[in-house]
Amino acid sequence: MNVLPFQVVQNEPLLRARGVTIDYQSERGTVRATQDVSFDVWRGDRFVLLGPSGCGKSTLLKAVGGFIAPRAGSLQLDDKPILAPGPDRIVVFQEFDQLPPWKTVKQNVMFPLLAGGLGGKKIGRKEAEARAMDWLARVGLAPFADAYPHTLSGGMKARVAIARALAMQPEILLMDEPFAALDALTRRRMQEELQGLWEASPFTMLFVTHSIEEALVVGNRILLLSPHPGRVRAEINSHQFGLHSAGGTEFQATASRIHHLLFGEGGAVEHDEHAVAVQS
Amino acid sequence: MSAGANLKWEPPVRPEYEVPLASPQAVAAAGIAVPAARPLGTIERLGQLAWLRKTILLALIAVLWEAMARWTDNDLLLPGFLQTAKALVEGTLSGELPRYIGVSLWVLLQGYLAGVAGAFLLTTLAISTRTGRDLLETLTAMFNPLPAIALLPVALLWFGLGKGSLVFVLMHSVMWPLALNTYAGFRSVPETLRMAGRNYGLGKVRMVTDILVPAALPAILSGLKIGWAFAWRTLIAAELVFGTTSGKGGLGWYIFQSRNELFTDKVFAGLGAVILIGLLFENVVFQQVERLTVRRWGMQR
Repeated sequence: MNVLPFQVVQNEPLLRARGVTIDYQSERGTVRATQDVSFDVWRGDRFVLLGPSGCGKSTLLKAVGGFIAPRAGSLQLDDKPILAPGPDRIVVFQEFDQLPPWKTVKQNVMFPLLAGGLGGKKIGRKEAEARAMDWLARVGLAPFADAYPHTLSGGMKARVAIARALAMQPEILLMDEPFAALDALTRRRMQEELQGLWEASPFTMLFVTHSIEEALVVGNRILLLSPHPGRVRAEINSHQFGLHSAGGTEFQATASRIHHLLFGEGGAVEHDEHAVAVQS
Repeated sequence: MSAGANLKWEPPVRPEYEVPLASPQAVAAAGIAVPAARPLGTIERLGQLAWLRKTILLALIAVLWEAMARWTDNDLLLPGFLQTAKALVEGTLSGELPRYIGVSLWVLLQGYLAGVAGAFLLTTLAISTRTGRDLLETLTAMFNPLPAIALLPVALLWFGLGKGSLVFVLMHSVMWPLALNTYAGFRSVPETLRMAGRNYGLGKVRMVTDILVPAALPAILSGLKIGWAFAWRTLIAAELVFGTTSGKGGLGWYIFQSRNELFTDKVFAGLGAVILIGLLFENVVFQQVERLTVRRWGMQR
């Protein structure tokens, strides 16, 4: 896949979700995760699914990944329906155990390249190794190529997972609260680095989070979902915000607007550790 | 009204300050010495060695044993440590013991491999179909508690007086615990890891070989270890009871025969050989495999 220059006018979205309703079985019967959710992701988007727990944002991401089949509605990538998991949609999970512990950092990045190929084509071990080293260098982990995952910190494991995903050059990168298990300082650093990677060579990303601030900082467009079941509440632009606008008045205004949309008038004071922190 | 109820603890406002970060070299140059870790004394260092502590313990037991033997002074009932060691060395040098051990290990290996193959077949069935899962759960629940040696009479009826019946009971002793462990290992593979595997488009077979087996390796290894111990135990017991059946006897038969001939020191030498071989496999083979795999990967301490 060649990276398109971004001035190119696109007339078709890359990912199209239409009326997606997802149910899952629990012990107490069928639970509706999302209801009639529609959205479009265009090439180069950093599209964020934002909502409180129970809004089905992770379920939606897993459906795009092909792990869950929707009960109704359709999901299409490049006009082809999504039916099963595939290497054109690589997921970065929140859990640290997404990295097989029996493979070194480098082998971890090489593994999907050797198993799934690149853009549908098989590639050789040499090429896979070169690609792996290239991407490890980009996330600053080249010196740790031969380390085993259990010797790495949480932030480093997240970096390996991101390098592994981007080395595959997927059509769309699916990130399921990738930084939620990290401490606040590391999380901020990872957001910065993700931004840097995107600026160096843009990719398309679907990013799930429950933090309003993270959504505004990481994304260029945000889909707000209401819980029980997940329904679309709004779609908001956030391309104007970067990591350094976090304290600005416009940023604060958008953040409180999102807060109102998600929690209503009365919920504005509801304490949430991930709600926007006032920064100077 | 007490004074304490009205007291308000107002902490004082203190001045702020910043400290420039000095590089480690600067710290060294300034002569601020970092205290070096205190070196351990010789005795402390020796105390850290687990094998040394265990060897001392074993030596103490040997001395106690020898003392007991001298005190009872009856070779037929309790030969001493030195006498047993002598019988062990003589038996080894004359080639008598190694021959018996060889026969035992050869039968053991065949039964063990048959059991491992059976266990992997069963668990493969169990993870791919629901019927297979039911089958595994039912069969292990039925046969795991059944001592392998109890099946020997039946095995003798079916397979006759020979190696066949021994391999059969060995297979029985290995298969169930290994299948149970492997299956439990497969089931405890994290969902995220499975999803990652599916994400890369791995097929069913590669999913097993590239994700499930390595992820379940700690459980599989412990199953193999338990299976080995069970098999070794079963074999010696089977040889003790029906040793003559296999034509050439094994280590169990050696023990039995020596007792018949009232060579009690040889009986003890045979038992010693059983223990030594067990220790050898546990400490050399399995520990080495663990060190190179699951411990290196941080999956087991």
